[in-house]
Amino acid sequence: MTSEYLLNIKHLHVSVEGHSILKGLNLSVKKGEVHAIMGPNGSGKSTLAYTVAGKPDYAVENGNLEFLGQSVVDMSAEERAQLGIFLAFQYPVEIPGLNNAYFLRSALNALRKARGEEEIDAVDFLQLVRSHLLKLKMDERFLNRAVNAGFSGGEKKRNEILQMSLLEPRLCILDETDSGLDIDALRISADGINALRSDERSMIVVTHYQRLLNYITPDVVHVMVDGSIVESGGKDLAIKLERDGYDSFIAKAKQGLASVIAS
Amino acid sequence: MSNQAIKNIADTPYAYGFSTEIETDQIEKGLNADVVRTISAKKGEPLWLLDFRLKALAHFFKLVKEDRHPSWAKLKFPKINFDDIVYYSAPKQKPKLNSLDEVDPQILATYEKLGIPLYEQKMLANVAVDAVFDSVSVATTFKEKLKEAGVIFCSFSDAVAHHPDLVREYLGSVVPYSDNFYACLNSAVFSDGSFCYVPKGVRCPMELSTYFRINAQNTGQFERTLIVVEDDGYVSYLEGCTAPMRDENQLHAAVVELIAKNNAQIKYATVQNWYPGDKEGKGGIYNFVTKRGICKGNHAKISWTQVETGSAITWKYPSVILKGDHSVGEFYSVAVTNNYQQADTGTKMIHLGCNTKSTIVSKGISAGHSNNSYRGLVKVAKKAKGARNFSQCDSLLFGDQAGAHTFPQIDASNLGARIEHEATTSKISDDQLFYCRSRGLSDEDAVSLIVGGFCKEVFKKLPMEFAVEAQKLLNISLEGAIG
Repeated sequence: MTSEYLLNIKHLHVSVEGHSILKGLNLSVKKGEVHAIMGPNGSGKSTLAYTVAGKPDYAVENGNLEFLGQSVVDMSAEERAQLGIFLAFQYPVEIPGLNNAYFLRSALNALRKARGEEEIDAVDFLQLVRSHLLKLKMDERFLNRAVNAGFSGGEKKRNEILQMSLLEPRLCILDETDSGLDIDALRISADGINALRSDERSMIVVTHYQRLLNYITPDVVHVMVDGSIVESGGKDLAIKLERDGYDSFIAKAKQGLASVIAS
Repeated sequence: MSNQAIKNIADTPYAYGFSTEIETDQIEKGLNADVVRTISAKKGEPLWLLDFRLKALAHFFKLVKEDRHPSWAKLKFPKINFDDIVYYSAPKQKPKLNSLDEVDPQILATYEKLGIPLYEQKMLANVAVDAVFDSVSVATTFKEKLKEAGVIFCSFSDAVAHHPDLVREYLGSVVPYSDNFYACLNSAVFSDGSFCYVPKGVRCPMELSTYFRINAQNTGQFERTLIVVEDDGYVSYLEGCTAPMRDENQLHAAVVELIAKNNAQIKYATVQNWYPGDKEGKGGIYNFVTKRGICKGNHAKISWTQVETGSAITWKYPSVILKGDHSVGEFYSVAVTNNYQQADTGTKMIHLGCNTKSTIVSKGISAGHSNNSYRGLVKVAKKAKGARNFSQCDSLLFGDQAGAHTFPQIDASNLGARIEHEATTSKISDDQLFYCRSRGLSDEDAVSLIVGGFCKEVFKKLPMEFAVEAQKLLNISLEGAIG
């Protein structure tokens, strides 16, 4: 079955450790589109990111979550990654002792194997990863360090972008990639992300602030409050949010809830 | 891999059944002077060796009488009845099989995972080897090469028969029979083992590991190993095997003695994969080992590398006495415990000479309900000017039922000694696993990568062909540790 949407989420309800976080969320992303998801703290933005990536303990209670026209609800995180879903973590995890280059090659080969492609050997891999480093203006020393261990905040985020570039996913979910970055690191990261934009690749940019959107221009902006999307619009919406804050949307969400209860 | 499948592998030895069709040449149960005399007579040993054994026995009886069974280790096990053990049985003939089809499929699956070549699988499973690979001729080639170089490498019994003076000079010189409880027992009743002598200025022309791989022999319950390397000599020795080792004897007490003279170097690597008991902690080998080397000469170097994944109980502290000036001792260890396994392992570095240097890198991995302890002593004598030690003890935990413990002891009598100790304890976290999985890696691959990174410094010290196998062995040992 083919679908015009790469990602299609309908009435999604998700709970984490018994707490209901996503409450009937709808989101449809077409091929090549960049969507920004904004919202106040605790609105469920990161939960959405984790749920799509398949984090264990994020239980889908209700609704549909389809990628490339098929439900991924029962798929493991690695199966989703193999289909082309990529999550750039808000807080990339440190793995001491594990060589970054070896990790990257293992991940790339896991994806290749799943697609029935030949595994890449160390020599070819080095050549490939160098071309990505060059594209992202990153230092080769990244490769010989342990995965994220002792990296600065900016280095961690850039390492995520390097992985994204190398693994060539169909859908990139960027979870607060801008958090903890100074303005220079932000610009460099945004340049990397922009370099990966293409007609074949969609992106969901989760962010608390509008400033990242100064560098990455979204096709659609969504406002998320209390587990669902309450407003969608063009990039002007982000600017309006920056100016007026989330208060009016929070009030609206409460009102909506009240009317639901009243009915 | 399902828990059932792991359990099946763990249970294999009994399903495999060593008790049938085995030629036995046994003596009665129990420990006494007659038993020791019988062992010595069966081996046709000279009087001085019988004397050594009897002295050890007398001392052992004294230790038992005074109830000096070591209890300081963090190990729990029922008291051993030393009179309920058979102390001599001739090397057992495993049942010969005609083809690999007759081998238990679970064992074959393990060989497969370890990546052991087909002909070696046959050797290990005791399948009659066909013309494609003639083990005897390869072993002979090795022997000729060693002989040409002047290296003596043979079983301990052969050494007693053919090189009695060498054995007499060095036996018990590093680990005296009175050294400790289990070494004392071993000294009284040791069965057989290996002997290696490298003459002055000779670099042993091959890794002795290669030899062992194709001669995976039944070494017996009370193994005795003695390695002597003369001035400027070098040897690299690997004991054990990554393939699962089955033995019906529950108690193992080995003694290994290493002697390195001026400028000599000994690299001793161990891969221990004895039967660890089942998932509930029933059965499994008790492994009490005394390993010690002495850097007798100046600029001598002894390195211990161990990968310990098997046994229900591991009690083992490969140590180095740094007597010669500028001598170097190293200890690189990976100890894995899963289910109900218990390991209390570490090292002793005894600095006696000036400018002696030691390095300790210990990596403990505990999963299931197991307990894994590092126990170490760094001792610097008053005269050991300029002694240096660096120790690093890292523990990695799986789940919330396993224990990791560290008991480092530093005893420095020379004020100029420089001793550094670093330790970390970390838990393999769900976040690390999810991070790897979100990149397309399976749970098992993720564990393998994380554990591999953790153990890297130790694996680097293993002979190349074993490093890869050791990594795979770890993966097998930790299967089912997640989730």
